Amino acid sequence: MARALYIHWPFCLKKCPYCDFNSHVRDAVDHAAWQDALVADMRHEAALAGGEPLGSIFFGGGTPSLMPPALVAALLAEAERLWGFAEGIEITLEANPSSVEAAAFGGLAQAGINRVSLGLQALDDAALRFLGRLHDADEGLRALAVAQRQFARVSFDLIYARPGQQPSAWEGELARALALGTGHLSLYQLTIEPNTRFATDVRLGRFAPLEDDPAAELFELTRAMTAAAGLPAYEISNHARPGEESRHNLTYWRYRDYCGIGPGAHGRRGGVATQRHRKPENWLAAVARQGHGIAEESALSPPTAAAEALLMGLRLSEGVDLPALARRFAIPPGRLVDAERQEMLARLGFLRREGDRLRVTARGMPVLDAILGELVHPGLVAA
Amino acid sequence: MTDLGLIRNFSIIAHIDHGKSTLADRLIQVCGGLTEREMSAQVLDNMDIERERGITIKAQTVRLNYTARDGRTYELNLMDTPGHVDFAYEVSRSLAACEGALLVVDAAQGVEAQTLANVYQSIEHDHEIVPVINKIDLPAAEPDKVKAEIEDIIGLDASDAVLTSAKSGIGIEDTLEAIVARIPPPTGDRDAALKAMLVDSWYDPYLGVVILVRVMDGVLKKGLQVRFMQGGTQHLVDRVGAFTPKRVDLPEIGPGEIGFITAQIKEVEQARVGDTITTVKGGADKALPGYKEVQPVVFCGLFPVDAADFEKLRESIGKLRLNDASFSYEMESSAALGFGFRCGFLGLLHLEIIQERLSREYDLDLITTAPSVVYRLRLGKTKNEEAKTIELHNPADYPDPNRIEWIEEPWIKATIYTPDEYLGAILKLCQDRRGIQTDLTYVGGRAQVTYELPLNEVVFDFYDRLKSISRGYASFDYEQIGLREGDLVKMNILVNNEPVDALSLIVHRSVAEERGRGMCERLKDLIPRHLFKIPIQAAIGGKVIARETIAALRKDVTAKCYGGDITRKKKLLEKQKKGKARMREYGNVSIPQEAFIAALRMGEE
Repeated sequence: MARALYIHWPFCLKKCPYCDFNSHVRDAVDHAAWQDALVADMRHEAALAGGEPLGSIFFGGGTPSLMPPALVAALLAEAERLWGFAEGIEITLEANPSSVEAAAFGGLAQAGINRVSLGLQALDDAALRFLGRLHDADEGLRALAVAQRQFARVSFDLIYARPGQQPSAWEGELARALALGTGHLSLYQLTIEPNTRFATDVRLGRFAPLEDDPAAELFELTRAMTAAAGLPAYEISNHARPGEESRHNLTYWRYRDYCGIGPGAHGRRGGVATQRHRKPENWLAAVARQGHGIAEESALSPPTAAAEALLMGLRLSEGVDLPALARRFAIPPGRLVDAERQEMLARLGFLRREGDRLRVTARGMPVLDAILGELVHPGLVAA
Repeated sequence: MTDLGLIRNFSIIAHIDHGKSTLADRLIQVCGGLTEREMSAQVLDNMDIERERGITIKAQTVRLNYTARDGRTYELNLMDTPGHVDFAYEVSRSLAACEGALLVVDAAQGVEAQTLANVYQSIEHDHEIVPVINKIDLPAAEPDKVKAEIEDIIGLDASDAVLTSAKSGIGIEDTLEAIVARIPPPTGDRDAALKAMLVDSWYDPYLGVVILVRVMDGVLKKGLQVRFMQGGTQHLVDRVGAFTPKRVDLPEIGPGEIGFITAQIKEVEQARVGDTITTVKGGADKALPGYKEVQPVVFCGLFPVDAADFEKLRESIGKLRLNDASFSYEMESSAALGFGFRCGFLGLLHLEIIQERLSREYDLDLITTAPSVVYRLRLGKTKNEEAKTIELHNPADYPDPNRIEWIEEPWIKATIYTPDEYLGAILKLCQDRRGIQTDLTYVGGRAQVTYELPLNEVVFDFYDRLKSISRGYASFDYEQIGLREGDLVKMNILVNNEPVDALSLIVHRSVAEERGRGMCERLKDLIPRHLFKIPIQAAIGGKVIARETIAALRKDVTAKCYGGDITRKKKLLEKQKKGKARMREYGNVSIPQEAFIAALRMGEE
């Protein structure tokens, strides 16, 4: 029974050069048609994974701050009707910090949004231009101020480890960011994803990504500064004042069920992985045809699900509860992780076992993918 | 039978790409051996590898009937010989089956080192040599200059060299007439006891082992009980014939003739090249001269990339060996690479051919360890053991160094032929490889240099380096000149403080440090960063002579990972696992398989 609902709004005014998310630029969007289709997709999920009130809803994108507040309100009303809302439900919306969108923040708050995640991305104009953002630094900060007035909880994103970025520059930028007083920060290192304009730029030698060693230094710096400011990392790239963590995202990382609706959305419910059609038009057509937007639905074997649970859970500072995972997937702990590798990784200071919990240490976090490659029991991974 | 006076047996000597196969095809065509439609390009090179590389590995013969301008019909036996030094013994037996040779030289390229080696061999067999200058219709053709080269370098009269373009069909009849007029007919006595030389043999899935023979005296017929004088076995001849190039059965093969027999033999090992075939009853009492047991000179380990393929490798090697008795193999186990085989080859090309056939014809992914030569070691007396001399094929078997009194290594005489602008670089290469220059001569813008070199300095990448520093223009040939004592030591490579057996090698002390440093540097680039720092050391005994460190991995993490990304993360894990399957683990360090060979390549590309 899912207690988290993800709603994907796939439209952007402009595609950012680093972004490989499912986002699309369209001249016009028929909001009434989209509302009907999203409601239908939602009903399909509620029928399969309803029964418990929702603890969180997340509007992601694309740029969901482009949604008319009335549409957001209608979708929330339908979700409440289908599942019911738990006390203190967290309802997050990703927003662009432009003046146009900031003007709609009041309406969105009224529609029921109580948390925003603002795509600030950088605090200086040159970096924002490099990242292909439509706002400049001042506009972003003004939008943040509006958000902080309108919403109970505010988080914002920054992209760092940009080409040539010096530790002193990042230190200054992050200090300013921390001084802005939000209870949550998502700090992502720039990664060059395939099929993005940045990937082409790098291939053509227009710029070179920051090397791993200096990037690792920036990562350490980030953790030290956020911890000192009272917003320690609770996940690889996410930092929060205790209690201010994104409850919705914790659902993913703790590998609990969630419904995902809208184009390209993924879901996990009752051991089944769902994926919606990615292209907006195809998704719309699928909903019209079959009453939901699912392109692929596959049952996950216990080993596969266990591997996913480890991949996600070890991103968190709290780590995973091994005996609990073992019970959940009926796989003994010795078959979840490679005991010999676990010991080696612990000796190297990358892992710690505390009671039932297995955690990746601060030292291990920047090399988590390599650690997972060693640690996850080979029996869980299809070759 | 054919009148001896109407038989001509000849081979074709040519450097790679000088047009040997094309010329052979033309001769076959003109004599009506095959119709235009049946001619697939280059009939004689059967194996894919032979065609692709333009080299001949197995000897082939073609019997042609040529009606000459004198009105008489001659039986021409064209012997296509292997063209590489690795197969020098096979070449010598093929040559012994002939009375003459066509020396084919490219009108634009001129004489090359490989041509020289074969032509000298042919001269040693007292062959009548007919120079043929091919590709005369190329714009860059300089037949007069090439004629002068043949006269200056080889010392043959080239004034009446035949001018041809095999590709365009020019001069083919002239070539045939020259064969008839200038190559002497064979001699032989039909009534003497049977003496037939075993020229080559191969395995045919329908016929069993097919044996190529040259009858010296007597007659070979179906139903004859024959004896192999060196092998000591007896067989019943059940088929006699020749290739035209189609296989045709004949009633007999008479003296002076070349043909094939089958005798229900299942393994080529029983039909050794150079053996003498005679009759069981009333046979010859003396075998033909020149027989030699072939000895592998280069050894390496072959291991399956996927350990599960070991049985498949065993089977495949067994099948290849059916057709090639000149390579040897025995099981080997390596701490790093698991189970595999230690294989012996006639030379580096032979090694490459076997390796390539295993991967191509049997679809096997292989790890090849560093090639090693055969060393001779004298071990002193111990409490429990007498002094003895041993042969060492595998650095892993290197004995306690305190017991070694001396080590000998094989040396070669290398002949290198090059445009003189590359000479400086080539001399340096040979010096770096402990070479001793014995001769250096210039002929018209080209240099011929002779070096004595230790074979172990040549087996890795000498040929590749030579080709690269001379932009492909230098040619190289070698012959073995025996064993010499050397100050040789075993060098171990330690990765994360553990010796990697597959990377250990035997080197001369004077080059050990440089070689060790080079290997450590290359391994540093070849082994990916790990979660911990990895020392890489080269050591002789307990003494470290070179060291590098691979820094620990500092960043390897997916920055952004929400619900939708799980699938992609999982793929990453699958990719990691697949990648690991192609690596070997040593002291917790995963070494990619290409590192085992690449680490040994010396010098910069």
